[in-house]
Amino acid sequence: MLRLDKRAGDALVWALLLTMPYWIGAVGGYTQLGSRVMILALTATALNFLLGFTGVLSFGHAAYFGLGAYGAGLTIKYLVPSTLAGMAVGVLAGAVAAAVIGLVIARRRGIYFAMVTIAFGQVFYFIAFRWNDVTGGDDGLSGWERLPIDFGVATWDILHNDLAFYYWVLLCFAIAIGIMAALLRSPFGRTLLAIRENESRARFLGIPVDRHIWISWVISCTFASLGGTLYGLLNNFADPHDLRWDQSGDFVIMAVLGGMRNFWGPLVGAAIFVVLQDYVSSQTQNWMSFIGLFFMIVVLFFRRGLLGMIGQHRAPQPRET
Amino acid sequence: MTELILYNVFNGLIIGAFYALMALGLSLILNLSGVINFAHGGFLAIGGYLAYMLIPYVGFWGALLLSPVLTALIGIVLERSLISRLYGRDPLYSLLFTFGLAFVLEDGTRYFWGPQTLPFSVPAWMSTPLSTAFFFITGYRVFMVTLVTVTVIALFLVLTRTRLGVRIRAATTDLEMVSSLGVNVVVLRNLNFGLGIFLAGLAGVLAAGMLGLQPTIGTELIMPSFVAIIIGGLGSLPGTLLGGLLIGLAAGITTVFFPSASEVVIYVMMGLVLSLRPRGLLGEEGRF
Repeated sequence: MLRLDKRAGDALVWALLLTMPYWIGAVGGYTQLGSRVMILALTATALNFLLGFTGVLSFGHAAYFGLGAYGAGLTIKYLVPSTLAGMAVGVLAGAVAAAVIGLVIARRRGIYFAMVTIAFGQVFYFIAFRWNDVTGGDDGLSGWERLPIDFGVATWDILHNDLAFYYWVLLCFAIAIGIMAALLRSPFGRTLLAIRENESRARFLGIPVDRHIWISWVISCTFASLGGTLYGLLNNFADPHDLRWDQSGDFVIMAVLGGMRNFWGPLVGAAIFVVLQDYVSSQTQNWMSFIGLFFMIVVLFFRRGLLGMIGQHRAPQPRET
Repeated sequence: MTELILYNVFNGLIIGAFYALMALGLSLILNLSGVINFAHGGFLAIGGYLAYMLIPYVGFWGALLLSPVLTALIGIVLERSLISRLYGRDPLYSLLFTFGLAFVLEDGTRYFWGPQTLPFSVPAWMSTPLSTAFFFITGYRVFMVTLVTVTVIALFLVLTRTRLGVRIRAATTDLEMVSSLGVNVVVLRNLNFGLGIFLAGLAGVLAAGMLGLQPTIGTELIMPSFVAIIIGGLGSLPGTLLGGLLIGLAAGITTVFFPSASEVVIYVMMGLVLSLRPRGLLGEEGRF
């Protein structure tokens, strides 16, 4: 592996992302697939804020992702025909739900935390699934579409132009990534790392651990719901399965596959996962088996993730329990 | 109306018994090995489908006994060869692994037996209602409740009266101590996993008799089982049993008054329990 300076590595990543629509066709993709990768990468990075940098295992992020999609869809369909308003409502819905649920679960740890997040995630799935009149039930929420963004002086036509939508997604991705990276570099972020490395020591230092985990959880879920709003906009559709536990598992595997201890890990994981899923589901009906086997293989052989294996930083092994 | 309520209470208890059977197996594995077995529902489906294949050869009763045993054997092999490699690592990995396994098992059953619902024949005398006024009390349902009761009693007897059971419980409290006293904990965890899967297989045969067989039969039961464990209190088997029955009952009663909320109600209960009594109804304080 090339020994890349960290700053050069970041520059390379951004250069690749900025030019993606122009080379993705050459490697067999299409612009919408690129948007999909970016959206799921944003969500996986948001999950990894909690998973990789706070050391808390959430297996229920699909709930907030889906809340974002439904929030955006319902707003555009019933309230205000505006993309920005829809996104604002979607993100707010995810943030509020996470804040409330976080109060109940922030004291739980490890495997218990995982179980509780899985179980709570299902609430929203069943609401979306059962409340036919409003959410469209099993068929999903359709009959709405994203709208061009009007800035007064100019209009950003994200509806008819896939390229414009890709750059809208990339802008949101960049803002979210920037905020998360800045947070991780701040004293607050360092505290999260301290909690990950040794919770009792952090507690002895007088750090209010539960409150930090709650804040980290809310930040993580909020950005996951931002990803969800974009996903809804991408498909012009909100699917109850976006809220389900198997979707949560997809986000976790993206983070693990790319490397949880690396900031760009989830991006790499999401790219591989999305492309693989796109390919396998077009080739065979039994794509579930392939994805399942893929999970098992990643866990058995690629535990540190791709970037963890090839990176020059010897990332510490995940904590033994 | 009374009949409707009675019907749904009875139904809820039966569903609750299922949840409890499933959740007890999950709980056994979780307590001793620290693994959330996402594939539990997949094993349940395997139990049902194996029974379906065995019935023409050994009859209903033979399949009822044989199928859970075979399912448990599959579980034991998988645990020994793959899952046990993940013990002692971050629970994230075993969680992801069994998650993938769940996909493979569900898709595998669909591949071998097809996506359609297969009929599952129970002995004729069981499918007739026992009384005309209470049409819903069929012999099969009574039989199911009886069998689950017997199984649960047997499980608790095994855990309190046999050497294996005592070791399992001791190792749940302090694995290292039990290991240093000369118990082979590798084998112990293996057998314990098999015991948990046996319960899933049994639940699978029973569920097939009531609902018919579909590849997703187990996937739909797994989430409520998690909820049962959390409500009952992580680490407590009696708690898990109680949790399973409670959420079954709650779902049954809600069906009478507000059918579309019957699935959500158990999660609301879980939220209440977690905020009022974080360790769960019968959970030990400070264990998790």
